[in-house]
Amino acid sequence: MWKFLLPFAAFVALVVLFAFGLNPNRDIHALPSPLIGKPAPAFTLTDVLDPARPVSNAAFLGQVYVLNVWGTWCYECRAEHDALLAISRSHEVPIIGLDYMDQREKAKQWLEQLGNPYQAVAFDTDGRTAIDWGVYGAPETFLVDGQGRVIYKFISPMTPEVWQREFLPRIAAARRGGA
Amino acid sequence: MRRPPSRIASSLGVLLLALARLAAGEGVAAAPPVDENGQLQDHALQSRFERITGELRCLVCQNESIADSNVELAGDLRRQVREMLVAGKSDDAIFQFMTDRYGEFVRFRPPLEPKTLLIWGAPFLMLLLGGFIVFRVVRQRSRMPLDDGPAIGP
Repeated sequence: MWKFLLPFAAFVALVVLFAFGLNPNRDIHALPSPLIGKPAPAFTLTDVLDPARPVSNAAFLGQVYVLNVWGTWCYECRAEHDALLAISRSHEVPIIGLDYMDQREKAKQWLEQLGNPYQAVAFDTDGRTAIDWGVYGAPETFLVDGQGRVIYKFISPMTPEVWQREFLPRIAAARRGGA
Repeated sequence: MRRPPSRIASSLGVLLLALARLAAGEGVAAAPPVDENGQLQDHALQSRFERITGELRCLVCQNESIADSNVELAGDLRRQVREMLVAGKSDDAIFQFMTDRYGEFVRFRPPLEPKTLLIWGAPFLMLLLGGFIVFRVVRQRSRMPLDDGPAIGP
């Protein structure tokens, strides 16, 4: 009895393992953010367009908002820019930018030439805010709910499809839950 | 491109920024006491610094530690570790700071806890399993009649 059952059990175990491990939809480099469900790290930086103007995410507490981490050195940020502009035009939620490892002048030019989808763009001069948010590249996009909790993190360029599929339902749920 | 820009360009930027701040009369953030080679002057701290940064994964390159990596994020994280050491933080507090932000994945050596029991226990489980199989095979063979080859009678 065992002679047949044991190899069969091993076979089933392998099938389950491979189904999980070789799933083409699974991104083996994606890392779950430990921030999900935790309070969004607070920051007060200056606006990339106006060094005299402070930008703090505390000002957005009480509403669902998006934090988009980008930089002019980041090729894929250029690719997602049109999607961000479209989201901004939909007035669904405010988008705060976090300009990461960048130079003010270059960032200004970028926003002037390509358009500015952000309500405010915080300029992370020394990368400390990025560390607090567990950022390890760009673009990264966070969703924060009305209680100031991080509810989702998306690593990769934003697209209209991703916005539809991953963000809109979560925004709706956050508003229902937090109302 | 997810890789941040080169270190040199950005250190230059940081330097310029520091100069600009100096010129503006702002205090520069207290720099940790390091010598001209970038080593912490306190040797005990420096050796802890080397051990800790060797055990933290650089998330940009994923198979390098932040001690070995040249990307800018690794530099920022080394600065963070250095500052926390100088501020008198314990090793555990530093690892906790990193895992709070980047998750367990930043640690090359995951701590022994219920969630990681399988990782730490797997080698011993494998050894037990192997030993059991060897035991079974040997016992089975020892019970087999020795009927191969011509019997040598007395």
